[in-house]
Amino acid sequence: MRTDTHPVPPVGDAAGPASPTGGTRPDAAGTGGPTRRTPWRSRVSRWDARLSPYLYISPFFVLFALVGLFPLLYTAWVSLHQWSLLSGQGEFTGFDNYRRVLEDRYFWNALRNTISIFLLSSVPQVLIALVLAGLLDTRLRGRTLWRMSVLIPFVVAPAAVALIFGNVFGDRFGLVNSGLEAIGLSPVAWHVNTLASHVAIASMVNWRWTGYNALIFLAAMQAVPRDLYESASLDGAGKVRQFASITLPMIRPTLLFVIITSTIGGLQIFAEPRLFDTQGLGGSDRQYQTLTMYLWELGWRVRDLGMASAVAWLLFLIIVVFALLNLLLSQRAGSLAGRPHGRARRQGAKP
Amino acid sequence: MQTTKRRRTRVATGALVALMLAATAACGGDDGDETSDGKIKLTVATFNEFGYEGLIDEYNAMQDDVVVEQKKAGTANEHQDNLYTKLAAGSGLSDIEAIEVDWLAALKQESDAFADLSDPEVEGRWLDWKTEAATTDDGRLMGYGTDIGPEGICYRADLLKKAGMPDDREQVAKMFTTWDDYFDAGREFVKKMPDVAWYDASGATAQAMINQTEYTFEDEDDNVIAADNPEVKQIFDTVTSLSQEGLSTKLVQWGEDWVASFQQDGFATMACPGWMLGVIEGNAEGVEGWDIANVFPDGPGLWGGSYLTVPVQGKHQEEAIALAQWLTAPEQQAKAYAAKATFPSQVAALEDPAVTGDTREFFNDAPVGEILVERAKAIEFIPHKGPKFADINTAFQQAIQRVDEGKENPQQAWDSFLADVERLG
Repeated sequence: MRTDTHPVPPVGDAAGPASPTGGTRPDAAGTGGPTRRTPWRSRVSRWDARLSPYLYISPFFVLFALVGLFPLLYTAWVSLHQWSLLSGQGEFTGFDNYRRVLEDRYFWNALRNTISIFLLSSVPQVLIALVLAGLLDTRLRGRTLWRMSVLIPFVVAPAAVALIFGNVFGDRFGLVNSGLEAIGLSPVAWHVNTLASHVAIASMVNWRWTGYNALIFLAAMQAVPRDLYESASLDGAGKVRQFASITLPMIRPTLLFVIITSTIGGLQIFAEPRLFDTQGLGGSDRQYQTLTMYLWELGWRVRDLGMASAVAWLLFLIIVVFALLNLLLSQRAGSLAGRPHGRARRQGAKP
Repeated sequence: MQTTKRRRTRVATGALVALMLAATAACGGDDGDETSDGKIKLTVATFNEFGYEGLIDEYNAMQDDVVVEQKKAGTANEHQDNLYTKLAAGSGLSDIEAIEVDWLAALKQESDAFADLSDPEVEGRWLDWKTEAATTDDGRLMGYGTDIGPEGICYRADLLKKAGMPDDREQVAKMFTTWDDYFDAGREFVKKMPDVAWYDASGATAQAMINQTEYTFEDEDDNVIAADNPEVKQIFDTVTSLSQEGLSTKLVQWGEDWVASFQQDGFATMACPGWMLGVIEGNAEGVEGWDIANVFPDGPGLWGGSYLTVPVQGKHQEEAIALAQWLTAPEQQAKAYAAKATFPSQVAALEDPAVTGDTREFFNDAPVGEILVERAKAIEFIPHKGPKFADINTAFQQAIQRVDEGKENPQQAWDSFLADVERLG
């Protein structure tokens, strides 16, 4: 932003009134005179204007350093040692914990499960949320009621969700299987079959998060200028075309935000699969043990915090890779979808 | 100028410290060790049901300077996670922490974190093996015994009758004296009632047999012997082949389907420690015909039981020990039994008419107290459970479950169990 377009430059604004008040104060005039005081005062206010914003946002970063950065680094430290949950720090072992984790077949199994559940939950979740938000964005009667009600599943605690879905997806006496049997289909072994268990867990996640994402999309959609739709319908574009060519490109930043947050959430999934069986290890053959459950097993069942910390760091790196991948993919996808819009802007920039 | 600057720095530092304190205080919650009127506050952390609600009210009414508060965790796992985490952190534990017998081995390695509770006052209060299990090699007593889980066999008299088998408590007891007899009866039963299983879960039956073996997965010196122990293999073979014969529901104990099967006539018998009676009554509400036989195949069986410990990180250990002694005294344990059927481990409580005279209407007015007392007195040892017991046992149970679920055949499941044992080291 150029300063000449700004009505009043912020620095001058703050410094302006400060110098006259400083100069007219009697004690200031007595000790040094306004010529010596004024530059110092204005310097202070200049510093004030420059530094205050950082001071105002610093509580978050101080807190982050305390409760975010420190644990992260400390976990790295722990992961380089033998570290028992109960007896604490042992010998320094370098990357031995990482080696042991990478050699453990259950790590790879958990990674596969996590990615599978993540894909089964995040992809439909974002797509359904988009459609839902598109529908909520239209002129409905009792709009607020509809918009609020999509958030209701989000309010229910994951433990309660797991309890309810546990009954719904019971292998023998569950609701879904009774329904399937009633219409002559064979029941699905939700806790036994790997893919079926992933679908069941993903459905819990989707049930909980779709409405939440839909509301975020809705907020972004509301900010899209209405005259774009008007001119599009004048040009003869239907609702679907408008959604694809106007809504989606216009909410791209929000789309990106939701995709990345649901990636992070999806890769860290714990409560739903953890509560899907009684042992908490993800089924008899660990069909649905996710990475965080694997981490929990190592830390709190096997009581090896060193290995658990190594898993935590590997998970951190995996999430970073996935987030970057997402960023790249969705930017490319976004620029493809938004091509007409982008071209228009480029043309406008060159007069 | 210098002073104002310094003051400003001090104010800023003060604000930061206040912020940090506020943040940490928020984590701590109301864990102060004194109430507003200057009484000492003691906390007792338990899981599931200990039956202490009435007792704590009683204790608070007796004391002028102590207020006791109970913290209940929903499940033993939840309580264990909390206990281990705070033990590792070195702070945050309650003044009294309940522990399960299966965690003793791991916690004994940290016995310094717990107060030595040995006291001439309480000597001879518990059944010998109960105290022995909580005593460290150097003679420290880590916990006061609360309840134990002597096992009988609970069964559906109505289903047995339908199958044309004896259903009277005495006759049934004669049918179940050995595992072989019990399984033979099961084969007969499923022949006549093919839609009903004989017992509730393969894992539960395996657990009952494991609990009767002194050394299963680890030997005296805690060396892992699970892979080579013929008894382990035999239990595995027995349970998996019986499951194939249709004696098991093939369900996982505590799972939703298992809970539902109580209402669906899913099975006819199950191993039942004292605390299981409450579970059956809850799950099978409205189902008539439950009874309990005064017998356990191949001798006595013991399943579970807990202790109260006093972590040394507490500020009021003396008061906490006094409270723990009071809570685990025979009279109090008899009341806890009346409240939640937590069967006492105290010698004197086993003579208490409130325990011995207990009958339960739900179990066809069976003399439950008398039966369990007899089952408890028959127990001579408790199986050795080293630091790796719980992990290996979980792998063992999962292997059995894989066969039940058809994911692996018995040979594959046994091989992958061996691989799991190897992995645990």
